[in-house]
Amino acid sequence: MGIHVIKMPDIGEGIAEVELVAWHVQVGDTVAEDQILADVMTDKATVEIPSPVAGTVLALGGVVGQVVAVGAEVIRIEVQGAGNLKAGSPEGARAAAAASSAAPAAVQPGMPAVAIPATASAPAAAMEVPGVAAPAGAPAAMPSAQTHRAAPRALVRAPGDKPMASPAVRRQAWDMGVELQFVPGTGPAGRITHDDLQAYAARATQAQPTSGAGLRYAPRLDEETVPVIGLRRKIAQKMQEAKRRIPHFTYVEEVDMTELELLRARLNAQHGTARGRLTVLPFLVRAVVLALRVHPGINARYDDEAAVLTRFGAVHLGVAAQTDAGLMVPVVRHAETLDLWACATEIARLAAAARSGKATRDELTGSTITITSLGALGGIVSTPVINHPEVAIVGINRMVERPMMRNGAVVARQMMNLSSSFDHRVVDGLHAAEFVQLVRGYLECPATLFVE
Amino acid sequence: MDTTHTTLLVIGAGPGGYVAAIRAAQLGIATTLVEGSHLGGSCLNIGCIPSKALIHAAGALHQARHFMGDHTLGIHVDAAHIDIAQTVRWKDGIVARLTGGVGALLRKHGVKVVKGWAQIVDGKTVDVTPGTPDAQPLRIQGEHLLLATGSLALGLPGMPFGGRVVSSTEALSPATIPGRLVVVGAGYIGLELGLVYRKLGCDVSVVEAQDRILPLYDDELTRPVAASLRRLGVQVHLGCSVQGLNGAGDAVRLRDGAGRESELAADQVLVAIGRAPHTHGWGLEKLMLDMQGRALKVDDQCRTSMRNVWAIGDITGEPMLAHRAMAQGEMVAEIISGKRRHFMPLAIAAVCFTDPEVVVAGLAPGDAAKAGLDCISAHFPLAANGRAMTLEANEGFVRVVARRDNHRIVGWQAVGVGVSELASAFSQSIEMGACLEDVAGTIHAHPTLGEAVQEAALRALGHALHV
Repeated sequence: MGIHVIKMPDIGEGIAEVELVAWHVQVGDTVAEDQILADVMTDKATVEIPSPVAGTVLALGGVVGQVVAVGAEVIRIEVQGAGNLKAGSPEGARAAAAASSAAPAAVQPGMPAVAIPATASAPAAAMEVPGVAAPAGAPAAMPSAQTHRAAPRALVRAPGDKPMASPAVRRQAWDMGVELQFVPGTGPAGRITHDDLQAYAARATQAQPTSGAGLRYAPRLDEETVPVIGLRRKIAQKMQEAKRRIPHFTYVEEVDMTELELLRARLNAQHGTARGRLTVLPFLVRAVVLALRVHPGINARYDDEAAVLTRFGAVHLGVAAQTDAGLMVPVVRHAETLDLWACATEIARLAAAARSGKATRDELTGSTITITSLGALGGIVSTPVINHPEVAIVGINRMVERPMMRNGAVVARQMMNLSSSFDHRVVDGLHAAEFVQLVRGYLECPATLFVE
Repeated sequence: MDTTHTTLLVIGAGPGGYVAAIRAAQLGIATTLVEGSHLGGSCLNIGCIPSKALIHAAGALHQARHFMGDHTLGIHVDAAHIDIAQTVRWKDGIVARLTGGVGALLRKHGVKVVKGWAQIVDGKTVDVTPGTPDAQPLRIQGEHLLLATGSLALGLPGMPFGGRVVSSTEALSPATIPGRLVVVGAGYIGLELGLVYRKLGCDVSVVEAQDRILPLYDDELTRPVAASLRRLGVQVHLGCSVQGLNGAGDAVRLRDGAGRESELAADQVLVAIGRAPHTHGWGLEKLMLDMQGRALKVDDQCRTSMRNVWAIGDITGEPMLAHRAMAQGEMVAEIISGKRRHFMPLAIAAVCFTDPEVVVAGLAPGDAAKAGLDCISAHFPLAANGRAMTLEANEGFVRVVARRDNHRIVGWQAVGVGVSELASAFSQSIEMGACLEDVAGTIHAHPTLGEAVQEAALRALGHALHV
C-alpha cells in the first residue's frame, strides 16, 4: 500500500491560489479513478479536481472556503502499490502511521519522488497549506473531518427514551432555544455533546421550522452564520472593488417603447416559431452597439493604476444573469456582429450555461460593457454597479403602459426607463447623457436600428 | 397601610426562598423576602442541620461509652457523661451561625428582608403582619410571587401534638433525655432521631405501620440499618398501627396486623410520620391554584396555574429535600430574569443519616424494572474496602444500576458509615450521563470509600479487582 498525494494543479492564466468550494469525498471514502474529489474556484470559473488514482481517502488538505495555493497538497489517497509519496519523508512516515498500514510504502527505484515544499516538511505542519495565510482554525481541518464522519454514527434513541446530555449542555440548549429531544447524540451511550448541539443548531437554522399557529408569533432567537465563500465571496469582492474605486454617475431616462413593441410583436408573429421569440434585449444590444460607435470612450476598460483607458472596437457585452449561486455575468462576444436572432440565441445559451455552472472561463470574462435587467421586477429606477474595470452599465427597468401627452392628447404608450451608470472619472455627464439619448432615439424609432 | 412595590416577592426564607432571593438579586431583580420565623427555614432551624449536629453529638457519646468496656482499639474510657443542655446550646450555636450567614448573604446581595407573617391578598399582593408588636403592618406588591412556605410535620389525628407527644422540632431541642421514647414512623426522620435518643441513653421503640423500616428503600439497602437498630437495642414494631395514648396518657396503644392490641410505655412520643406541604393559614386558598394531592401543582419551570405565581420546595410535594428547593429557587430567579430554564434533573440524591447511613440517587434495580429498563446492577461490599475497615465500618455496600444495552448509569445506592459523602459522585455521574466504563476508568484515590464506587462499576462490567 502506498500513498498518493494530489496537489493543487496549476489552472493557468497566472493563477496562484484557488478557493476550495466543495469536497465530494470525506476521509475514509473509497474513490475510483476519475472520480471528482473537490471543486475549486478561480477568479470566476469553478474547476473540478478529479482523482488520478483509485484508493481510500486518508486526509483532506483544507476546509471549504479555504484559499489554497497552487502546488499545495489537496488530498492524500492510500492506493494499491506504491504511491507518489516517498516513504522516508516525514510525511510518509506520518501518513503511513495514520493509515496504520504495516507495510511501509515501497518506493520503486526510478519513480519520481515528489518534492515536498520546504515549508510543509515539518511533521506537525504536514497538512497545513504552505505559503497561505491560513485561518486560525486551519489545524482543525483533520478533527473536523473526523466529526463529519462521526455524525452518521449518532445513535437513534428508542421511542420514549429521554435525551441524555450533561447539565451544561442542557443549559446551553435552553439558552439556544433548542429542544434536546431532536438532537442526535454521538457520545457514549448516545450522550449529546456540546459538538452535537452546535452541529444540530447549525443544521436547524438551515431548515425553516414548519408552520403552525403557535410558531407564527414565537420569538426567534436562532442565528445563522453563513460563510461568505466561493462565488459569493467573489461577488462581494467585485462589488466592493467597483464601489470603492469608481465614482458612479447614474442617469435615468424614459423611453417610449411603443413602436419597438409593435415591431417586436410583428417579428415574433412572423418568425417566432422558426427563429425563436425575441425579447427587448437584442434590440437594446443593437441600440447600444450603434450608440457606442459614436461614443467609443464608453466601450472601454479603465486601468486606474496604470492610468490607461483601453477603448475597444469590438463590443463584448456582459449580460448579468442570476444563478442559484449568485450573480454571474456571461459575455456575448462581438455583439456588433450579431443580428437580432443570433444575439437572442447567444444570450439564452450563455444564461443557461451560467445557471448550470457550465460556463467556461472565457465565457465569463472579457466584457467591455454590461447590460443588466431584472425583467418584470425591473422597478422604475435602479442604480447599477459598474462591472469593474468597465466604465458603463446599462440597466433596464420595467416596461409599462402609461398615459402620455402626444400632440396635445393623452395617449397610452409603452414606457420603459433606462438606468445607466458611468465611471465619472473617464465619462463626463454630457457624454453619458448623449449616449443614453442616442440609445433612446434608436429604440423609439426602431427602423433606425437597421439603417446604416 | 403602607404599600411597597417590588419585582419578585418571595414568601418563606427556607433553602428554596433564600436561594431564589439571592440569585434574583444577583441578576438585578428587585427582591423582597418575607419570613415570619427564622431565616433558613426548617432545614437550618429544625431539620437537616440541627439533626446532624445531634447525630454527631450522640455518636460521639456512644463512641465514648463504647470504649468503657474492653475495646479492640486498646482505648479505655472510665466514664462518659453528657450535659444535654450544653449539647443543645452547641447545636443552637451552629444554627445561629448558619442563619446569621444567610442574613448576611441576603444583605450583601441587596435583598429586602421583611420580618413577619405573609397573608395573601391576590396573586400580586401580600399583607405582612409584623412579628414584633410595635411594627406596622405592611402591604407588598410584586410582579412575581414566589411561594416557598415549605412543609409542616404531620400529626396523628388520634394523638395530636402537645404534652408528651412531640414533633421532630421539639425532639431536636430536648431539655432532658426521656427514659422511654416511642417513635411513631420508621422513616428517615424517625430513625435518625430514634437512634440519637438511643445513643443518648434512652429506651427507644419505633412503631411502623408498614412491615419494614425505611419503606422507600429496598430490603437489601435497609438490612444493615435494621441490624444496627437491633444491635443498639432499639425495639422495632413493624406492621403496627398507633391507636393513641392510653387513658393515663403514659403509654401508646398499638394494634398489630392480627388485631391484637398492646401498650408501649412512653415518657415521650415522637410522631414522625411525614411532612405535608404548608398550604393553609396564609390565604393561599384565595388564589385557587391547581393542586396535586396536598401539594401545589407546578410545571417543569415551577409555574403554578396562575401567571407569575411560582412555587418551589416542599410546598410542591415530594421529594421534600432542601437541595431540590435550592435548585428550583435558583432556576425560578433565572427564568424571571429572562433566561430559559427547566427543572429536569436526572437524579436528586437523598441521604438518610441513620447509623449506618443510606444514600440513593437515581433508580434502584426495582425502579428500573418498573420503568421497563433492562438493567444490570452490581454491588461492592465495604467489607472489601480498606478504608472502611480502618474506620471499623466494614458493613454495607455500594450498588450501581446501569442499562444493559449501553451501560449508562441510571442509579446508585449505598449503605454504610460515611457513605453520605458519596452522594456528589453519584449525582454527578448520572447527570453527566456516565457509562459504567467512565466510572471504572476513572482512577479513584486510595484508600477511600470512593474506591467502592469504582469497584461497583467494575463488578457490573464483570471484572471487579477486589472481590
